Amino acid sequence: MLQVSLYRYNPETDSEPFMQDLEVDTGGRDLMVLDVLEMIKASDPSVTFRRSCREGVCGSDGVNMNGKNGLACITPLSETVRNNKLVVRPLPGLPVVRDLVVDLELFYQQYEKIEPYLQNHNPAPAIERLQSPEERAKLDGLYECILCACCSTSCPSFWWNPERFIGPAGLLQSYRFLADSRDTATEERLAKLDDPYSVFRCHGIQNCVSVCPKGLNPTQAIGKVRNLLLQRAT
Amino acid sequence: MVTAVTNFGRSGVADWLVQRVGGVILLLWLCFAGAILLGNPDLGYQEWKAVFEATWVRIFSLAALLSLAAHAWVGLWCTLTDYITPRLIGAHANLLRGVLVLVCIATLFIYVVWGIQIIWGI
Ligand code: SF4
Ligand code: SF4
Ligand code: FES
Repeated sequence: MLQVSLYRYNPETDSEPFMQDLEVDTGGRDLMVLDVLEMIKASDPSVTFRRSCREGVCGSDGVNMNGKNGLACITPLSETVRNNKLVVRPLPGLPVVRDLVVDLELFYQQYEKIEPYLQNHNPAPAIERLQSPEERAKLDGLYECILCACCSTSCPSFWWNPERFIGPAGLLQSYRFLADSRDTATEERLAKLDDPYSVFRCHGIQNCVSVCPKGLNPTQAIGKVRNLLLQRAT
Repeated sequence: MVTAVTNFGRSGVADWLVQRVGGVILLLWLCFAGAILLGNPDLGYQEWKAVFEATWVRIFSLAALLSLAAHAWVGLWCTLTDYITPRLIGAHANLLRGVLVLVCIATLFIYVVWGIQIIWGI
């Protein structure tokens, strides 16, 4: 029997959050954490979490498992369980709506700030804006982000200043558009980042890199944004 | 863009550069002072005084002192705006941080003036 400790909080009935201890019969199989959550929900429908694709594509089931953020659907028990114990909590640093569901408003506000869409001041061509294979290759390692928020909610700088620091997810996307050969708003984008908070609160702790379920490297992207800001200023 | 009145630096880039450039100057000065100390095991006040008679040593030392103050300022301001915020400790945080910022500025100012006296007084 797997020992599961689950974060529970229903603001309508609980005065404060608590950890619920449960036992789950996995039949000795190396299930995904999401499977375990589904089994728990089958016996107690009040247990609340987000999920959709169950294959690491939608980014909706980011949770904290044994102290590390990740997607429950692609995290096998063998990767996270130690001493037969699994502790599941919501992503840290954001307000909890209920159980494992957090309010991602602040996360999305930061995403919105970086204007995550292609901006081009030139007249639209008849068919499409072309890119060479080399130019396209610059977007690899950036466009794959699924906005699961695992990185930003593992970043201390984002915990302390979620209203002001854009955070690893937003900055990775910011660089995705700065690096895009078809985007001509580079100067405007950089001008909006040149303050002491938006980019420069990153201290290179690299928590973001260690948790990203898509294997992306936000710290590296942040370094590139910083280099662009330095080039612009000097 | 997020601005803050208590931040002297014009921008995040400026703060960042001040810390890196200041860090290099500090490192160079520490190597310089370390070399003098290690190279002269029986160093006395007279020898030390002779070194600081040279104007370039004084200017170099002043640069190191200012770098240290600037480095400390950026670091302290960053730390205060990380931890002394309404989000972390409640509504009185901004007032408390304002007071602490002033304490930091006053302390750094005193150290700089005092340091200049020492550098030119050796
Ligand atoms: S960078 Fe990785 S961890 Fe961060 S939101 Fe994107 S996919 Fe998730
Ligand atoms: S490297 Fe930067 S963005 Fe990533 S966790 Fe650390 S401070 Fe946050
Ligand atoms: S359910 Fe879609 S990423 Fe896990």
